[in-house]
Amino acid sequence: MSEPNSNSKPREMKGGPGRPMGRVPGMKINPKTVKRLLSYFKAYKARSIVVLIFIIISSVIGAAAAIMLKALIDDFITPMLSDVANGRAADFTTLGYVCIGVGGFFLIGLLSAYLYQRMIVVVAQGILKKIRDDMFSHMQTLPIKYFDTHTHGDIMSHYTNDTDALRQMLAMSMPQVIASLVSVVAVFFSMLYISVWLTLFVLLFTGLSFIAAAQIGMRSGKYFMAQQTAVAAVNGYIEEMMNGQKVIKVFNHEEKAQEGFDNLNESLNDKMYHANKFANILMPVMMNLGNVLYVLLGIVGGAMGIAGVTNVSLAGVGVVTLGSIVSFMQLSRGFMNPLTQVSNQINFVAMALAGAERIFDLMDQKSEVDVGYVTLCLAEKTKDGILTESQKRTGLWAWKHPHEDGTVTYTELKGDIHFYDVDFGYNDDKIILHNITLYAEPGQKVAFVGATGAGKTTITNLINRFYDIADGKIRYDGININKIAKADLRRSLGIVLQDVNLFTGTVMENIRYGRLEATDTDCIQAAKRANADGFIRMLPDGYETVLTGSGSSLSQGQRQLISIARAAVADPPVMILDEATSSIDTRTEAIVQKGMDSLMNGRTVFVIAHRLSTVRNSDVIMVLEHGRIIEKGNHEKLISEHGQYYRLYTGAFELE
Amino acid sequence: MIKKLMQSIRQYKKSTILTPVYVALEAVLDVLIPTLMSQLIDKGITPGNMSEIIRIGVMLLVCAAFALLFGVLAGREAAEASAGFATNLRRDIYSNVQTFSFSNIDKFSTSSLITRMTTDINNVQMAFQMIIRLAFRAPLMMIFALIASLAIDVQLSSVFFAFIPILAIGLFIIQSKAHVLFERVFNTYDSLNNVVGENLNGIRSVKAYVREDYEIGKFKKISQSIFNDFSHAEVIIALNGPLMQLCVYGSMLLIGWFGAHQIIASGNNETLGLSTGELTSLIAYTMQILMSLMMLSFVFVMIVISRASAERINEVLNETTDIKNPADPLKEVPNGDIKFSGVNFSYSKNADKNVLQNINISIKSGETIGILGGTGSSKSSLVSLIPRLYDTSEGDVEVGGRNVREYDLEVLRDSVAVVLQKNVLFSGTISDNIRWGNEGASDEEVRHVCKLAQADGFINEFPDGYDTYIEQGGTNVSGGQKQRLCIARALLKKPKILILDDSTSAVDTKTDALIRQAFAKEIPDTTKIIIAQRVASVENADKIIVLDDGHIAAQGSHAELMETSDIYREVYESQVKGASDDE
Repeated sequence: MSEPNSNSKPREMKGGPGRPMGRVPGMKINPKTVKRLLSYFKAYKARSIVVLIFIIISSVIGAAAAIMLKALIDDFITPMLSDVANGRAADFTTLGYVCIGVGGFFLIGLLSAYLYQRMIVVVAQGILKKIRDDMFSHMQTLPIKYFDTHTHGDIMSHYTNDTDALRQMLAMSMPQVIASLVSVVAVFFSMLYISVWLTLFVLLFTGLSFIAAAQIGMRSGKYFMAQQTAVAAVNGYIEEMMNGQKVIKVFNHEEKAQEGFDNLNESLNDKMYHANKFANILMPVMMNLGNVLYVLLGIVGGAMGIAGVTNVSLAGVGVVTLGSIVSFMQLSRGFMNPLTQVSNQINFVAMALAGAERIFDLMDQKSEVDVGYVTLCLAEKTKDGILTESQKRTGLWAWKHPHEDGTVTYTELKGDIHFYDVDFGYNDDKIILHNITLYAEPGQKVAFVGATGAGKTTITNLINRFYDIADGKIRYDGININKIAKADLRRSLGIVLQDVNLFTGTVMENIRYGRLEATDTDCIQAAKRANADGFIRMLPDGYETVLTGSGSSLSQGQRQLISIARAAVADPPVMILDEATSSIDTRTEAIVQKGMDSLMNGRTVFVIAHRLSTVRNSDVIMVLEHGRIIEKGNHEKLISEHGQYYRLYTGAFELE
Repeated sequence: MIKKLMQSIRQYKKSTILTPVYVALEAVLDVLIPTLMSQLIDKGITPGNMSEIIRIGVMLLVCAAFALLFGVLAGREAAEASAGFATNLRRDIYSNVQTFSFSNIDKFSTSSLITRMTTDINNVQMAFQMIIRLAFRAPLMMIFALIASLAIDVQLSSVFFAFIPILAIGLFIIQSKAHVLFERVFNTYDSLNNVVGENLNGIRSVKAYVREDYEIGKFKKISQSIFNDFSHAEVIIALNGPLMQLCVYGSMLLIGWFGAHQIIASGNNETLGLSTGELTSLIAYTMQILMSLMMLSFVFVMIVISRASAERINEVLNETTDIKNPADPLKEVPNGDIKFSGVNFSYSKNADKNVLQNINISIKSGETIGILGGTGSSKSSLVSLIPRLYDTSEGDVEVGGRNVREYDLEVLRDSVAVVLQKNVLFSGTISDNIRWGNEGASDEEVRHVCKLAQADGFINEFPDGYDTYIEQGGTNVSGGQKQRLCIARALLKKPKILILDDSTSAVDTKTDALIRQAFAKEIPDTTKIIIAQRVASVENADKIIVLDDGHIAAQGSHAELMETSDIYREVYESQVKGASDDE
């Protein structure tokens, strides 16, 4: 029964897994997201500043390298040529020193490039680790409801796609964009130094080019977003169909499944083609616009130089020299190229920010509410029968209840559970449990019986507070369970769930999951009690056999046996068994049952089972229908009442 | 391997060939442009010759226009070729999987098939696009630039030859060192995803045992090792840029130094030797050559990364189904008789033990057969031979008096409906799902089978009734509801044989009984095979087969088995005895 995802769930997720379809946004950049992302840099403040300085040094030197050639020609070769023309011998010594000097200069640039790249990857990876850890830690605090209402694929994609996009941006796009911008600024001032007029001309042209680039970039961005959605749709379809491939075979549905796939695949092809096309043509467009600019500068500058137009520059007012035109033309290339680089990165940045937004969205989900202050502690009884806190395991537990006046009282943990008039609904507007009043005295076995969907699982989910009740009260050993810290409440309850979840690791580790400090002997003992020992010893490496994929190499029954052993090692005073034995074949079940009986001894037990033979041994049987308890009592009482239980009980064996 | 993958290019052959052609033309122009640029300076601007400026400027503009044209065309064709290739490849894998038999599917596992169709295809597509664009462009650029620079000055060009091996060897060392680390990172990524996945699936267990901190610790350990390996790898990769710069700056300085000497020697006269303009273009070529090398190293990395993916894709493409339609298949199943004679079966040819051993059963059309047996007693294996989901290792299975191997597979499986133990509903409305059994069924028929499967009641309680949307994997209906919908879906086929493989385990006893009652009344001619754990589910069957470890331990009616079979009696008593005491 998975009532949590009750059928009243809205249909908004129709778009399949991966990304919900509603989010095919344009390229919006949310300033809040950027700010929050930047806050992660705080831990690396000093490093980030050093990185920034190194980026600036390296890009200034990179920009200077472009001017070096001009200096070589203007300041050395040309004067030397005129020296030679005037019959003097060319003197290479100064040039030699300059070359060595420039070489040293380059070396500094090179080193700072290496250092910033080296440092930035550590910063970026550190931030990513922090984000991953924060995300996972926060996810662990979320209520079960969150997991019911979000597909696993969707949550998973925050750890894969979204984090990956962020890595791309932090480690690659960001330094590149910063470096490019620094170069652009450096080149801009160098250009101003040569000629203001020509710089204005370059600005105008760059502005026009940028409009062209933005047009292409926007289209490409639009299709990239559409591509993401199409990829999610195809992947979702593949996942669904591959999981159901055997059903497809059994129903001869291959062609139909292929048809659905082809449609999605074609649509992906279309989006992918356009997205890649625009991304691919951005580079040649920008590069050749740069070439055009070069030619135009040559013509305009040449004309100015020849005409001897007055030049205004940061250096002062003078005449446009042909030499300065040459260097200006070189500089213009150093201006366009980094801008092209930036425009190339915009898509990645936008995608990464969208991913970051989704990650932050997960981190902003509300945690499980837990205001409980009553905790569980080891206890012992003094000679005169007073309960006190103990340091060692005595088999006795107590609820430690601090009061406002500073006193602490201890209540023995017995496993006495009372429901008073409890109402509950997964959504506030749809109550599915009504007026549940029940009691389980310590050591009693309470069975829930009823049709599928009657609310049996739901009741047990309320005891361990997977969900909170809408109305009424639940008391545990006389304490309102809302006052008990959730962790302590759950520690006092053992659960064997209907769907068994094992974790990657050895069988031993999986059993020890019930109580981390349990020794190997404890675990084996528990396995023996659950009758799991026999089959575990038959596994290739016995208790050390490594299980993967939730124990997919084991049969359903074997997995349940392990999960029973896991509960046994936890040794809690209260047990909840949710149809735990339903998939074990009857012969195995009979054996398991014996082990379970010893496990149940002296504990309060809630059982949800279909088999009436297990139910009839219970102390109290609750018959549920449509979320209400319609009959309660022991087997004999209910049989004599000739009610629903009687019909169910007799019907199961005499109906045919 | 490459050849097999190349078959998926198909209609995109034209763009696959055109891309490198356009790229080559673009590369020629990219080399030509710096030459013209230096001429513009040398012949136009430096001497202040306006007509030369215009002449060369126009030539440059024309070149730029063509470079733009070819660049855009190359980009477009490359996008078409690579997107198309990936699309075809994905389709090829998908349609091949559609032909797979159960044993083929078992061999690959669902999750690995998904990875192959998503991540692996992505890697191959990236590599493909890189290869057709860069793998040609980079060497071409290098050759053109080399030729151009050799044409200017052989001696100065030798500077490149000194730097090319330094760069090439350096890049190679960096990439191969980083590659090992990256591979490890990707494996660690898998375990990170695994932890997240397990926590999502097992969140109830985590919370029930209050293991949140334990899981966080587990996660942090893995994310720490990702951090370590990744930073380590990227620190190595960070050497790439500086190495490149070292070569660029180094050759610029050397060329500048030697170039200056030569220009002085020639008196800046092109005809006598090196000119300043030529020096400028030489340096531009240096950049181009070294850049091309860099690109080649990217291509190299991409190919290495995608090689593993390509191999995995190929594995699926090369897999051929082991269950094929016979040459002249029977197109009709006459009735629901079933006969097993001397059947042995094992899932793999070299297994040392058969999962089914010497099975002999004979079932008449319309009979109800119960199958009981412990976990692992091969109940599911037994019934999966009837619709020929697997082929027997030895012996024959007959349906309607003919060997199942003689039937057309589609016809056979339409007549033998199996409700699988691990069943799946698909995203879509309830009636969409039910109509899997028969697309053309009327609403009336759909409702009828749902009534038989005792599903009509709860469906009508949903606000949207039969139009209720089922989430992927059927997560928004309960286990028992899902089972009943799956039964209804199978009933809609109007099969001659209906097999329920533990299909009512999550359905309560009362409903279970009602379903069986409905079967007896409404589909008396259909052979019904019911695998169950509950004796009550099979007690009234015409014949009950008790399986034990792949053997038939006993078969007969309930009364007979109570007499003859210890196993049956034991099972029966464990379930029913307590209850019957009270009567």
